[in-house]
Amino acid sequence: MPANEFNGQTDLGIGIGLRVPHYRHILEKKPVVDWFEIISENFMVDGGRPLEILDQILEQYRVVQHGVAIYFGSTDKLNRTHLKKLKALVKRTGTPWLSDHLCWGSSDGRYTHDLLPMPYTFAAAKVTAQKIREARDFLEVPICVENVSSYAEYHVSEMTEWEFLSEVVELADCGILLDVNNIYVSSQNHGFNPYDYVNNLPHQRVGQMHIAGHSKFEKYILDTHDHPVLDPVWKLYAHATRLAGRTATLLEWDDSIPSFDEVHHEALKANQFIADLQESAPALA
Amino acid sequence: MQSQWTDGRAMREVAAEWIKPNDRLTSFERLQIYNRCYWYRVLDCLYDDYPGLQAVLGERKFRALITAYLESHPSISFTLRDLGSQMEAFMEAHPEMIAPRGDLALDMARFEWAQIIAFDDPAYPAVEVDELLGTNPAELRLGIQPYVTFLDLKYPVDEFALAIKASEEDSLSSQASNVVNEAPKAKRRRTVRLPKPEAVKVAVHRWHNMLYFKRLGEEQFALLQALRRGETLEEACGVALELWQGTPEAFSAEVRSWFENGAALKWFCRYREPKKSEHS
Repeated sequence: MPANEFNGQTDLGIGIGLRVPHYRHILEKKPVVDWFEIISENFMVDGGRPLEILDQILEQYRVVQHGVAIYFGSTDKLNRTHLKKLKALVKRTGTPWLSDHLCWGSSDGRYTHDLLPMPYTFAAAKVTAQKIREARDFLEVPICVENVSSYAEYHVSEMTEWEFLSEVVELADCGILLDVNNIYVSSQNHGFNPYDYVNNLPHQRVGQMHIAGHSKFEKYILDTHDHPVLDPVWKLYAHATRLAGRTATLLEWDDSIPSFDEVHHEALKANQFIADLQESAPALA
Repeated sequence: MQSQWTDGRAMREVAAEWIKPNDRLTSFERLQIYNRCYWYRVLDCLYDDYPGLQAVLGERKFRALITAYLESHPSISFTLRDLGSQMEAFMEAHPEMIAPRGDLALDMARFEWAQIIAFDDPAYPAVEVDELLGTNPAELRLGIQPYVTFLDLKYPVDEFALAIKASEEDSLSSQASNVVNEAPKAKRRRTVRLPKPEAVKVAVHRWHNMLYFKRLGEEQFALLQALRRGETLEEACGVALELWQGTPEAFSAEVRSWFENGAALKWFCRYREPKKSEHS
């Protein structure tokens, strides 16, 4: 399912996150990259260098917006100022779809700037789905919600995380940005089988995937995005790709960022799993 | 993390009520991961925004200041860009936290916040000098671009900031992606001698989207500030003339050069009534 209604009927291939240390390289060398993902909030400004850089990138590349601050799961109403700025950016970038996280992070107008896990309840799913619908109606662009990595679970949860994600996206009729690294991190922190997670999703709703590196500590794993992708995550990615089909895939590398070429090389490893999928397709049929 | 919840119960008890433990971590320990990440993230943001203030106060005092600031001013914006917006006011309200270098610390905080404004505040279409020809100075009001800040400083923190920048070791840091950060820490830099008192007037602005600082004379500063307040061109010139020590002819020539210079830097725009939040 390379192209579907949740990713604007596109088939973008393998992208990487647009990050400040790589600006000069990208603008001067103009490397061949399928697409860049931007953090929307970094460009929701009124002027100056961020928008100048973005416009130069847009002249050469396809850009998809990924947000970190809508907080569909917060009980606060959607922030209209935020949404208006986001819509202006959507018009500027022409992003075929827009993603943000299935989490909460603000309360009574105060922001944690974190992606906090939700209680997996039917009531929370209903409220969250309603906010996703509201945001999509206002922004007029398909929305994919991303599963977050987490370090805590709530007693009040009534279902598994994958059941909750499925419930939300069905109620909201939106797409999934499937972060396989986040699934792996959470599976290790909470003791579930990551393949159960991937197997039990509505695969036809997956509009994009994320891959990334993480860090292991003695008692838990942190989602640090400062390493190459680890083998268990690649294996999970391969499995997810078999189920969801070839999907726009993005490598996140946000800290201890190496050279552009190193990041891009790491991202392009995903092509091998997609090629394997295509080779095995006739046999499966 | 705070040891007690708002109702007086122990945090461990409250955490256990809401969060499941697992075979490796208690409920409290799992909550603590989030608490630690929150503080890393917001403190790290202020370390990035205020390296000069950190150099003025020293690591221990700076950490105490920004921790107290964040307790008093948690983020109310969707973007971390705005996190330090109340720092100057907080420092003025808590002089004991920045003593004995209060004036220098305040100058540095103002200067560093002005750089954030210069980085990404809007730019309106610039007014050219030619457009001013034939207009009545008694009626003409000129706007100053929002991204330009004029500062009346007791210390030459512009030079100090450049020295700090030059002393920093290069490092690549994360940007807003909500990834989990490592513990925030001061950037490694060589020791920079603190500046001695010297009154200076500085414009913090951008040119071709790069940050710049420009020293201003006292009269030029007074004129530009008067324009920003919304005074007419004639009134603004009058304010500057009161400070002028030379001949009227020299003043006229000087004013012309100020305007040519300001227009070349695209500082002037159509006058707009200031919003409540607009900086001075």
